[in-house]
Amino acid sequence: MSEPVTALGGVASDAGIAAIAEAPLQGMITLRGDLSASAVKKAAKAASGVDLPGAGMAHMDGESGLCWMSPDELLVLCPYAEAAERLERLQTALAKTHALAVNVSDARASFTVSGPRAREVMGKLCPVDLAPDRFTPGIFRRTRMAQVPAAFWMDDTERFRIVCFRSQAQYVFDLLTVAAQPGSEVFCY
Amino acid sequence: MLILTCPVCGVTAEETEFHGGGEAHLTRHGPGSSDDDFEDYLFMRENPRGVHFERWRHVYGCGKWFHAARCTTTLEVFGTYPAQTTEPPKDLQKTISKKRPGWTWRDLA
Repeated sequence: MSEPVTALGGVASDAGIAAIAEAPLQGMITLRGDLSASAVKKAAKAASGVDLPGAGMAHMDGESGLCWMSPDELLVLCPYAEAAERLERLQTALAKTHALAVNVSDARASFTVSGPRAREVMGKLCPVDLAPDRFTPGIFRRTRMAQVPAAFWMDDTERFRIVCFRSQAQYVFDLLTVAAQPGSEVFCY
Repeated sequence: MLILTCPVCGVTAEETEFHGGGEAHLTRHGPGSSDDDFEDYLFMRENPRGVHFERWRHVYGCGKWFHAARCTTTLEVFGTYPAQTTEPPKDLQKTISKKRPGWTWRDLA
């Protein structure tokens, strides 16, 4: 069997105003269905080990978590090696429910941006209010990052986790390194 | 620049996170309709100076369609409302009447 690798081989850059790194492989399962249905809620909780987040929020527990993508879509995060097994359990649990679960781990790339200026780097690229009192850990936001779609949340007040499409990984990494280039502080947050 | 609030996911963002979908509340005339109705449906659009109703999609966010009422001269957004309706909500129409007395748009006033 082939060995799974990340899109950019774990590339990192900390020469600029924030440290940017490609995150290790992350298990991701897209779950679509009626999020108010008890079968879907129960299955999502069982697959991720965390409670269902409210609209626009994410619940994280280490490598596992649940992200609210839209009124009928959740992103289930789990350790990469467990994705197939968790997907199977999800599909078994939802066999009699109108729902869809797909393993999308290899369709995505993820990055971390960390440091006291991480908000500025993200603020340069996304049309999102990132003021410290408006965007806090726990919030999950799907948005536009320059020219491509991306989603992100904060692990703590100085660290962003970004998820984008794998085919756009190089573009996103380049964007982040340019936005974080030395001397480009804005001091707006 | 327009600042829109998606009524589906509640996110407020500027227009580049969304995608315009043209005029709202069109009545579809398909096969079997008269040539005049079909022509109106395909080609005839409002181009108002002032109050306008449009369809928008939260393309970089939740991906859902919704409606927006806005002013084409000032870019003021009067409100957004769900896609599953054939006319703007009455309270939104009242809000617009307060801000733009005497407004008209197709059959609405």
